[in-house]
Amino acid sequence: MGCGRVGAGLAERMAREGHDVTILDLESSAFNRLEGDFPGQALRGDGTDEAVLRRAGTDGADMFFALTEGDNRNALAAQLASETFGVRRVVAKINDPVRAEAYTALGLATICRTRLLIDALARYGGMEPDPGADGVQPATAHHVHAEERRQAAIATGREGR
Amino acid sequence: MYIIVVGGGRVGFYLSKELLEAGHEIVVLEKNERRARQIADELGSIVLPRDGCEGKHLAEAGANRASIVAAVTGDDEDNMVICQMAKHHFQVPRTIARVNNPRNESLFRHLGVDEVISPTKMALGAIEQDIPVHEVLHLAQLGAGEMELLEAQIGPDSPAIGRQPADINLPEGCRLFVVLRGDEVMPLRPETVFRQGDKVLAVSRADCELDLRRQLIGDSPAAEASAAT
Repeated sequence: MGCGRVGAGLAERMAREGHDVTILDLESSAFNRLEGDFPGQALRGDGTDEAVLRRAGTDGADMFFALTEGDNRNALAAQLASETFGVRRVVAKINDPVRAEAYTALGLATICRTRLLIDALARYGGMEPDPGADGVQPATAHHVHAEERRQAAIATGREGR
Repeated sequence: MYIIVVGGGRVGFYLSKELLEAGHEIVVLEKNERRARQIADELGSIVLPRDGCEGKHLAEAGANRASIVAAVTGDDEDNMVICQMAKHHFQVPRTIARVNNPRNESLFRHLGVDEVISPTKMALGAIEQDIPVHEVLHLAQLGAGEMELLEAQIGPDSPAIGRQPADINLPEGCRLFVVLRGDEVMPLRPETVFRQGDKVLAVSRADCELDLRRQLIGDSPAAEASAAT
């Protein structure tokens, strides 16, 4: 989802490796980034819309990447893919480091360009690597567990004030 | 109560106004600075010109002591993120989201949003009451929205005509209870025989609606098409 430089590049590479790839974007002009002989499928539509995701074949997909420029759109689409369609491997690009970390604790694997770039540049400058910035961050918990924490917080007396 | 409203559009504005008049402590987060100033001119200095999707702005607004966060922007994805951050990051006891695409409703509930408000669905419900295009009318949502009060009108092609409740094969999650016949209100009894023109009231889980439609209205193409939407 999202046919920017990253989405187009990833789709190209995976399709050329023989995977069955569908790429989604709101603008059909975005598909100009794909090579003329792109072996996958390009579909115009809003990836935060369940009906569009279904049309794109999300039901039964092995992987889903949400790579638009909108952190929140990516978080919504990725959660639709994992919770509604049961896709096992889902990654959301979330560039705001605070939100990225919050979503790994809610059950999404995330990739945060901001942290990735800062880390790469800092390492070039001779700094120690940031272990939390290395590639895709796997989910550390799930929103169901977060719900338990919340119930505990309510029990300590913030409800109904 | 301390309530944070995110999104200062029309919904956010009037919501905040009503809540203020009811004596609550309100902060509105509105990322558009011009709009934020307009609201401040009307309602006083209760507005932060900030994007409520950002964790640090929610913190600044005091999310960790809020009793309610209401996310009422025009974008579903923003409302979802705001509620999830509020609930799971700041442990806000009650989160409310406006949802524009009715299909997002169940996902939002699944993700832990406490109250989902769908203007689209409300308007649709109101229209269906006036123009019975669907033959199954959604009269009300019950509980957390999983159950619905429905009205099915028995048309000339209904397979239920001449049959009794025991002959109608419905799943567990769907119960018929009242028949409206002309001006009469009749509780459903084992000996009731359905007639054309009857209106049957049912309480049903959303996923049983198709069965209800099949049993009381039939498999007409129109019914199938509207069930698929």
